[in-house]
Amino acid sequence: MKNLRQHLNVIGVVVLTVVIVALGAVEVFRPLGIRFSDLTGRIVTMDTMIRIGILTIVLVGLNLLMGYAGQISLGQAGFYALGAYASGILSTLAVRYKILIGIADSWWWPWLSIIAGMVVTGVFAYLVGKPILRLKGNYLAMATLGLGVIIYILGGQFPEITGGYDGLTGVPRLSIGSSFTLWPMERYYFLVWGVAIVVIIVALNIVNSRIGRALRAIHTSEVAANTSGVDTDSYKVQALVVSAMFASLAGSLYAHFQSAVSPNPFSFRASVELVVMAAVGGLSSIWGAPFGVGIIFVIRDLIRSRLEDIFHVRGGEYELIIYGLILVVIMIFMPEGLTTGLTKALRRTGRRTVQQLSRAGAATSDSSRTSAS
Amino acid sequence: MPRIVQSKSTRITLTVVVAIVIIVLVLFLGSQKNLQPRHYIQLTIDGVRGGSIYALMALGFVAVYSVTGIINFAQGEFVMLGAMICLTVYDLGLPLPPVIKLIVAIIAGVFLTTLIGMIIERATIYPARRSPVVTLIIITIGVTITLRAGALLVWGADPYVLPAFTTLALEDHIFRFGGITLQAQSLWIWATLVVVLVLLYFFLERTIMGKALRACAINRRAAQLMGINPSRMSLLSFVMAATLGAIGGIVLGPVTRPIYDMGLMLGLRGFVAAIMGGLVSAPGAVMGGIILGVVENIAAGVTNPTYKSVVSFIILIVILLFRPQGIIGGGERGVEE
Repeated sequence: MKNLRQHLNVIGVVVLTVVIVALGAVEVFRPLGIRFSDLTGRIVTMDTMIRIGILTIVLVGLNLLMGYAGQISLGQAGFYALGAYASGILSTLAVRYKILIGIADSWWWPWLSIIAGMVVTGVFAYLVGKPILRLKGNYLAMATLGLGVIIYILGGQFPEITGGYDGLTGVPRLSIGSSFTLWPMERYYFLVWGVAIVVIIVALNIVNSRIGRALRAIHTSEVAANTSGVDTDSYKVQALVVSAMFASLAGSLYAHFQSAVSPNPFSFRASVELVVMAAVGGLSSIWGAPFGVGIIFVIRDLIRSRLEDIFHVRGGEYELIIYGLILVVIMIFMPEGLTTGLTKALRRTGRRTVQQLSRAGAATSDSSRTSAS
Repeated sequence: MPRIVQSKSTRITLTVVVAIVIIVLVLFLGSQKNLQPRHYIQLTIDGVRGGSIYALMALGFVAVYSVTGIINFAQGEFVMLGAMICLTVYDLGLPLPPVIKLIVAIIAGVFLTTLIGMIIERATIYPARRSPVVTLIIITIGVTITLRAGALLVWGADPYVLPAFTTLALEDHIFRFGGITLQAQSLWIWATLVVVLVLLYFFLERTIMGKALRACAINRRAAQLMGINPSRMSLLSFVMAATLGAIGGIVLGPVTRPIYDMGLMLGLRGFVAAIMGGLVSAPGAVMGGIILGVVENIAAGVTNPTYKSVVSFIILIVILLFRPQGIIGGGERGVEE
C-alpha cells in the first residue's frame, strides 16, 4: 500500500509544521504572558528548540546514509564543521580584510556563503567518498572517524584563517533584504525549522523514489543489489554527498546562530553524539531524526535540571553517565531505535484490534506489506 | 577503485620511492629546525616508549576483535581505569613501605580493571551478541561515555601523579649518554611489554584455554562444534583486553599525568596500531604499535606537536584505503565482513 505510506508522511509533515508554528506563535504573541519555555516547565527553551532543529537537519542526512544506505559514518561532525567554517570564514574574513567591498557586506552574501559551503562540502564528500566507501562495517566506521578528527584538528590550526582554537567571532546575523534581520531568536527559530521541514520533505522524496529503493537494496545486500543492476558504488557516494551537504547546511545555520565558530562543537564526541541520536531515534526512518534529537535533548535537559533538585549535586557528571547508560539499554533492547520500536509495538496492538473486528485477512497483509519497506 | 599497480615489482618500486620521498621530506623539515642526529635518536627512543603502550592497547583490540568481531571503543578507558585505580590505591595511605604499597596498588589496578571489563562484557555485550556490528559499536561507545563520566565524577577533571617505579618519587632517574636522555621508566615499560608478550605466548600456545581462544578467533562456528563455548571465549577476550589496558595504563602513568579523559586518544592510536597489523595478528599489532609511536614522534618532532594525532589518522586512512589487511603480518580475514 504505497498510498497509505505517502499519506502518513504527508500527515507527519503537516503535523510537524503545525506544532512548530504553534510553539513559535506562543513565543511571539505570548498569550496570557506565557512564554514558550513556561510550557515545558522551563526545561526546553527557544534556544534548545533551535539546536534541535539544526541537528535534525544533520540527522536526516545521517539517517539517509546509515539507515537507508547502511553506511556508517563516525565523522559526520567533520562535514558539519566544514559548513560552519565555510560560512564563518566567507562572511567574516572578506569584511575584515576589506576585499569585495559592496558585495561581502551585502545581505545576500551570507546566504551565498551557505550555498558555497554546501557545494564545497559536497565536492569534498564526493572526492573522499569514492575510495572510502569501498570499506565496510568496522573499517568504514574507523576511516570516517579519522576523517572527522583530522578536520577537527585542522580547524584549530591556521589562526589567521580559522581563528585557531579560539575560533572566529562576529559572524553576522542572517537577514532578508537590508532591514529584516532574522533575529531575535524566535525569527531564527522559524528559519531553522522551515529549513528542517524542507530537508525532511526532500529526504522523504528521495527515500520513496528509485534512489531510495536502490539504497535499501544496498543495505540489505550489496552483492544482490549489484547483481540486480544497481550501481552500488555510485548510489553510496550519492548518499554520502547528500548527507554531507545537509550537515554543511546545518553547520552554516549553527555558525549564524552562535555568531561564532570554534572547533570545540565539532570534536569526535560530536560525531559520536550524532550517531547516538540517530540510533536512539531509529535509523530506518527519516522521522527518527527529529525524534532522536528531541528525545536526547529533553532527557539531557531533564537530567540537568532535576538531578540538582533530587540529589543536590551538580548535574554535569551524572548527566553523562545516565546518557551513556540509556544509550546502552536502548541499543540492547530496541536496537532499531525508539521510532521503529514504538511503531512496531503500535502496529501489533493495531493489528490485534483489527483482528478482533474479524477483518483479519486483508488488513494484516496490508500492514505487513507497509512494514516491509 | 581499480588496482592501479598490477605487478609485484612495480609495487615494491613504488613503495620504495614513496619511502624515500618521505625520508627526504623529514630530513628537510628537520634541517629547517637544526635537528642533529642525536635529536633523531632521542625522538626515536621516546617514540618506541609511546609505541610500546600503543602495542599493549593494540593487543587488546586484537583479542576482542578476533574473537567477537567487535571494535571495542572502551579499550582506551581500560588504560585510564588502570592508571587511576593504581594511583588512588597508592595514595590511600596504607601503613606499608612504599615499594610494597606500589605493588599492592598495581595489583589492585589490574585486578579491579579486569573485573570492570568482565562486568561490561556480561552486562552489555553478552545480551546483544546477536546484533549487527553497528549496534555493537554503538554499545561500546555508550560504555565508553559511561566510564569516562564515572571517572570524571570519582577523580575530577585534574591530572594526577603516579610515582616513577625506580625512585618512587615524582622525579624519575634519568640516564644520560652523549646528549641522549633515557628515563628509567622507559626501561620499565619495555620490560613490561616483553614480559607480557612472553606470558601471552605461553598462554596462547601452551594452555588449553589459550588454544580454545585461538580456535575461536580462527573460526567461531567450527570452534563451537568442537565443544568450545564462544560466550566464555568472548568473556576471556574482554578479560585479556582489560588486563592489557590496565597494565599499559599503570606503566605509562609515571611518564604522563593520568587524567580522566586520557583514554580516547590513546585508544584511537592503539586502534591504528592494531589496524597496521590487520586487526587479527598479535605480532603485527605489536610491531604496528612501535612503528606508529616512532613515526608519530618523528613527524611531530620535525613539524609541530599538534600534528601528532593528524599523522596517526592519516596513517589510519591510508592503510584502510590501500591495505586494509594490514601492512605487517598476514591478516587477510575481516576485510570482507
